[in-house]
Amino acid sequence: MYKNPVYKEKSPRKKITFNSAQFIGLPYYVVLISLILIPVILIVFYAVTERVNDLFITFSLTYFRQFLNEPAFIKTMFDSIKLAVYTTIVALLVGYPTAYLITKTKKKTQNLLILVLTAPMWVNMLLRTLAWKQIFEMFNASLLGTDFAIITGMVYVFLPFMVLPIYTVLSKIDPKLYEAADDLGASKLETFLKVTLPLSITGILSGVTMVLLPAATTLVIPKYLGKNRYLIGNLIENRFLQFGDWGYGSAIAIILSALIMVMVYLTRKLDRNPEAKE
Amino acid sequence: MKKLIELKNVTKAFSSQVVLKGIDLDIYENEFVTLLGPSGCGKTTTLRIIGGFEKPSNGEVLFNGVSVVDLPAHKRPTNTVFQRYALFPHLDVYENVAFGLRLKLKKSKLSNKEKELEIEKKVSKYLQMVGLVGYEKRSINKLSGGQQQRVAIARALINEPQVLLLDEPLAALDLKLRQEMQYELKEIQRNAGITFIFVTHDQEEALTMSDKIVVMNEGEIQQIGTPEDIYNEPINKFVAGFIGESNLIEGIMKDDYLVHFDDKDYVCVDKGFKRNESVDVVLRPEDLDIVEPNEGFIEGIVDSIIFKGVHYEIDVKTEKRIYTIHTIKYHEEGSKVSIIFDKEDIHVMEKW
Repeated sequence: MYKNPVYKEKSPRKKITFNSAQFIGLPYYVVLISLILIPVILIVFYAVTERVNDLFITFSLTYFRQFLNEPAFIKTMFDSIKLAVYTTIVALLVGYPTAYLITKTKKKTQNLLILVLTAPMWVNMLLRTLAWKQIFEMFNASLLGTDFAIITGMVYVFLPFMVLPIYTVLSKIDPKLYEAADDLGASKLETFLKVTLPLSITGILSGVTMVLLPAATTLVIPKYLGKNRYLIGNLIENRFLQFGDWGYGSAIAIILSALIMVMVYLTRKLDRNPEAKE
Repeated sequence: MKKLIELKNVTKAFSSQVVLKGIDLDIYENEFVTLLGPSGCGKTTTLRIIGGFEKPSNGEVLFNGVSVVDLPAHKRPTNTVFQRYALFPHLDVYENVAFGLRLKLKKSKLSNKEKELEIEKKVSKYLQMVGLVGYEKRSINKLSGGQQQRVAIARALINEPQVLLLDEPLAALDLKLRQEMQYELKEIQRNAGITFIFVTHDQEEALTMSDKIVVMNEGEIQQIGTPEDIYNEPINKFVAGFIGESNLIEGIMKDDYLVHFDDKDYVCVDKGFKRNESVDVVLRPEDLDIVEPNEGFIEGIVDSIIFKGVHYEIDVKTEKRIYTIHTIKYHEEGSKVSIIFDKEDIHVMEKW
């Protein structure tokens, strides 16, 4: 049978070339591998192994079992998560209106307000926490160690992480959309509920994630504002530094991450903004 | 026809910049009115004042004889199709169109089920009107420009406003679609039986669709009239230059029915000017004709010829100026010709 001759385009010889864009990414990969990937692997490794003697190690889930058998630790963990959730809620309730009001000002004022808002971050977090400690001691020392003191400290420290992503999303909403809602009969409140809020969900979720994570694992704030209270961050710290029990510390860290991951996943499911999913 | 909207000496200044210098305008029921002018002429500001998005610095805005200056947009019987549409990106086509009606029905005493039924009925009615049946569940981001535009129109119409305001709604579409939409908009306006106020800088759009054109420049109304009026009897140099191409010539009105330009006297149909008043004269390119040398009024040489599809655009160089002429006959570049026109083709305008 006759076949049409097939003219093949000469396939260009494959050369391994690096374009500049790939080189730009290089430092990132170095950081990613050395500071994130390797430590995570080490943590997992420590958590699921047990030293038999100086030469041998063996796979084991002892640490996880140990943790589940210590009600005091579990209570600490839920205590920490509870405080982190409260902090996130308060930060959201304070941060959203703040971000919203900032977007309503002139562009120049907006930049200034964002600067003011982030200015405390230039000061060391330890100092700021100590300052709060002094404030509490000055007015009512008995508050130290309460949920109130810890949440206040955490909201103060993490508030910018809530405001910034919400502000970014809000400032990108086309003001014509507000006019359109107004035009179609929506009052100010209805416009907010039906347009502004749904369009800023993405920012809210970023903010929630960015506050929830550090709030759940913070060391410094409970240490100074918590009096003798132990939160999960301190617990992990002690396993490592006081007892040298790296395996147990790693296991607790993994359990905590897993719980937070589930929470973040659940909040992310709330996002129905189609633009964010693109 | 009933007077629906009246603007009385409306002015608007943003900080120190004066955008509107006293607009007087009556708009009647069922009219298709176009605000036409170059960018920065104040046409969009006028529309926004009617829609309730801007407050006039001075002057009065009346709807059905009642002042609405203090009424916010959501309390006015107007709806707007915005430039670039301003559709809600988090809602699908159905919910975008239903948006206004949902809010309106909130205050009614219908049960939830009845409300949903009513919404469904109305949404499908207007989606049908704009030709978007079957797109209900589409995300806004997945629509073409033309489709988004239709959604915007349906969304604005669902509350059955007395006036629909359209802010350059066709600007983002390509030529073919734009022309189609011009006819469709006119059709929609007829079917809906309401007033359309349309803002554009495109004179062809204005001529095609409008019952009444309001030509604006630098915050002032230059001329109000039907498309024919505006085109055939431009009131001044600006209107003549903005609407269609034209040959603009400075002349002197020697007497009633006698105008002088380019060293010659011509009989014309205009009167009522002062004797020897300086005037602007407009000769439309399509009104001019080319004849053999010495058979017309003005002698010249073909300077350039461009094929435009329906006609040739020929520039003829005469002693005083270059005339642009639209004709279907071909004339060789460099050939000697003569220009001829009828007395009705001479449009004499007061100088502004």
